[in-house]
Amino acid sequence: MAAQVVPVLSKLFDDYQKTTSSKLKIIDAYMTYILFTGIFQFAYCLLVGTFPFNSFLSGFISTVTSFVLASCLRMQVNQENRTEFTSVSTERAFADFIFANLILHLVVVNFLG
Amino acid sequence: MTSTTASSRSSRVGATTLLTIVVLALAWFVGFASRLFAIVRFESIIHEFDPWFNYRATHHMVQHGFYKFLNWFDERAWYPLGRIVGGTVYPGLMVTSGLIHWILDSLNFHVHIREVCVFLAPTFSGLTAIATYLLTKELWSPGAGLFAACFIAITPGYTSRSVAGSYDNEGIAIFALQFTYYLWVKSLKTGSIMWASLCALSYFYMVSAWGGYVFIINLIPLHALALIIMGRYSSRLFVSYTSFYCLATILSMQVPFVGFQPVRTSEHMPAFGVFGLLQIVALMHYARNRITRQQFMTLFVGGLTILGGLAVVVYFALVWGGYVAPFSGRFYSLWDTGYAKIHIPIIASVSEHQPTTWVSFFFDLHITAAVFPVGLWYCIKKVNDERVFIILYAVSAVYFAGVMVRLMLTLTPAVCVLAGIGFSYTFEKYLKDDETRDRASSTGSNKDEKLYDKAAKNVKSRSLQSSADGEDTTVSSNVRTIIAIILVIFLLMFVVHATYVTSNAYSHPSVVLQSSTSNGDRIIMDDFREAYHWLRENTADDARIMSWWDYGYQIAGMANRTTLVDNNTWNNSHIALVGKAMSSNESAAYEIMTELDVDYILVIFGGVIGYSGDDINKFLWMVRIAQGEHPKDIREENYFTASGEYSTGAGASETMLNCLMYKMSYYRFGETRVGYNQAGGFDRTRGYVIGKKDITLEYIEEAYTTENWLVRIYKRKELPNKPTVKETTIPIKGKKVSQGKNKKGVIRPAATATKA
Repeated sequence: MAAQVVPVLSKLFDDYQKTTSSKLKIIDAYMTYILFTGIFQFAYCLLVGTFPFNSFLSGFISTVTSFVLASCLRMQVNQENRTEFTSVSTERAFADFIFANLILHLVVVNFLG
Repeated sequence: MTSTTASSRSSRVGATTLLTIVVLALAWFVGFASRLFAIVRFESIIHEFDPWFNYRATHHMVQHGFYKFLNWFDERAWYPLGRIVGGTVYPGLMVTSGLIHWILDSLNFHVHIREVCVFLAPTFSGLTAIATYLLTKELWSPGAGLFAACFIAITPGYTSRSVAGSYDNEGIAIFALQFTYYLWVKSLKTGSIMWASLCALSYFYMVSAWGGYVFIINLIPLHALALIIMGRYSSRLFVSYTSFYCLATILSMQVPFVGFQPVRTSEHMPAFGVFGLLQIVALMHYARNRITRQQFMTLFVGGLTILGGLAVVVYFALVWGGYVAPFSGRFYSLWDTGYAKIHIPIIASVSEHQPTTWVSFFFDLHITAAVFPVGLWYCIKKVNDERVFIILYAVSAVYFAGVMVRLMLTLTPAVCVLAGIGFSYTFEKYLKDDETRDRASSTGSNKDEKLYDKAAKNVKSRSLQSSADGEDTTVSSNVRTIIAIILVIFLLMFVVHATYVTSNAYSHPSVVLQSSTSNGDRIIMDDFREAYHWLRENTADDARIMSWWDYGYQIAGMANRTTLVDNNTWNNSHIALVGKAMSSNESAAYEIMTELDVDYILVIFGGVIGYSGDDINKFLWMVRIAQGEHPKDIREENYFTASGEYSTGAGASETMLNCLMYKMSYYRFGETRVGYNQAGGFDRTRGYVIGKKDITLEYIEEAYTTENWLVRIYKRKELPNKPTVKETTIPIKGKKVSQGKNKKGVIRPAATATKA
């Protein structure tokens, strides 16, 4: 099993390095950073506890949502998906992304307590 | 040539827009006007039960401000427990009317908050019509949208909850529901984060307005899941669903009453599951283009199975560990209609939680109930991503409407949308006057739509003319004419029916009753307000009133007195205690009432005027609910006659005749005579002479009975401070004196009495 999985993953990685544009790589870096933040928060909640539950939730949901929104942005600006998003230009996608983040973080600040 | 076509096209677009606006404005106006029957006949008054609480809460918010309202602890409800109102209420309704009141106030239109509350639901019916138009436009065509908007503006299924004065959550929630669905469909079509964010905001408004938001947060994931299973996954679905779900979850947690429920209860878990599934599917799609099929299978099919199994295990572990609440009783009662009657009698006791009869489908939806399967069929035939949504919506809503009368309300919008599609598509087929021009057909149906409730003649002549013009290869022009005319007649009948039902069935405030004499004069019976006014004027400010929970909100709202239980049925055992007091004999009831500090008891009695919604008819539910908590003291079968019937007549059981409810309802009733040829004590609601006429009350006394005996108020007597004790039993301490010296005028030391 592992012997099969490793070449698949390495092929994927090589493929990624070759075909992805630098714009998307920036978004991917951002997403990786958020992913680690989320993992860190999850580990913290397992080790220490979730006591102010609203604070934990707002922190964790904020990372999850940021990750998801970034992946949405990535899909929309990806040239391969151009046919699916006929009404969303790159600039529009970024404006939408900011709009959603604005709503999200206003709510998170309110929920943080 | 080109310039003329361009200008004619632009003028056609302009005409279409104008027509659309006119039709929607008319729909708004007609919807608003047809909901005013109650005001014209009675007055501008808040209806029924729950609206009284909403009104009281709104009034409190307008007086004391929003933050005071959120922290409001109401000590006048649920005595002696009290109720934290701010945390147990959906504040959307109050905030909306408070906001309208504030806007009007700052524009120097000084309106009492009551008027805002009374007219809120009719105003929102117009917004619902517009939201329905937008939704149907996204799903099918603008013409169908106009049909749907006109249907929803007057359909009795929605009017029933939104007449003027019916100031309840549903009035604004249906608008929020339709608008959320519109934004969802829009965001799915465009794949734009902005529409998804707006959808989440609209969902937030819905959450703040009505508990029915659970329907949305399960229907949208169901739609996403169905699309994935049907192989219709797209990046647009991923974008719209994931950004909607994340924002919606955190937004919904801002409503105090909802709190952590979105991550803590099973009702919200399917949405989370679909969210997780979408991530995996998206990853799969990303990888599929980059690796071979063989590698793909190894990587994902194995991984997916493990992950799926793990998710189920984790879910059950969380439920078992108490981190996630299992499905609630209300949820189970949706799948098993007998569940509530056995396990939660308080839910089953509400008449609107009963299963729906076939008649009420026709009564509430009329012709649209028959036409909407046609629309559904067209949607299935020409299925696309967003039409899957309306199909799922219709199918699930039909099911839920069959389970509970109350959920008819969620079915109505779906039926209106699909009936609009059905009518529009059929008319497009049968009224097409020029087959080469597609646009004309939609305009044609628009015109039709605008006229159908105003001038049928024009429509008929138009259909005649159009069918004469066009030649269809399959259907002859005569048949087309006949069908068009029949459909128009259906539409006219729908309008007549909707007006009739709104006027006769749904426009009663139920606070004021109306009947007519034999020569047709109207009689207004204002007994409820008479009684509440009496309470307000003649009892102490902190007097505690015991009544069945139905009247709790009204007593609090109109009489401004403390109640024991009310329509917010959050504490079953407290209600059961009141039920026990009502169904026990007088002395046992007295004990309970003393413990609960009851000053007055209020019962509704319809035996004099034949009002069927009175407490004797609800009494069996009081017994059942009391039995659920106190099975030793109260047994349902003790209240039946020997032959097992529920009766207060000749054969009534001894327990029945001695219970507090019977005594309070029928006290002094034996002295009355309804008609010349009837015996005294003839109960007009039940239709027989009552079982026991000489009722004496020992522990309570009659305080007030309204004109038509509809409301009877009793006062709990205070017992004398000490039980009277015979003199001879009191031993006298003190000097023994000989009887002989005991003469007048001799002063002795005072004798002291002690308890034996």
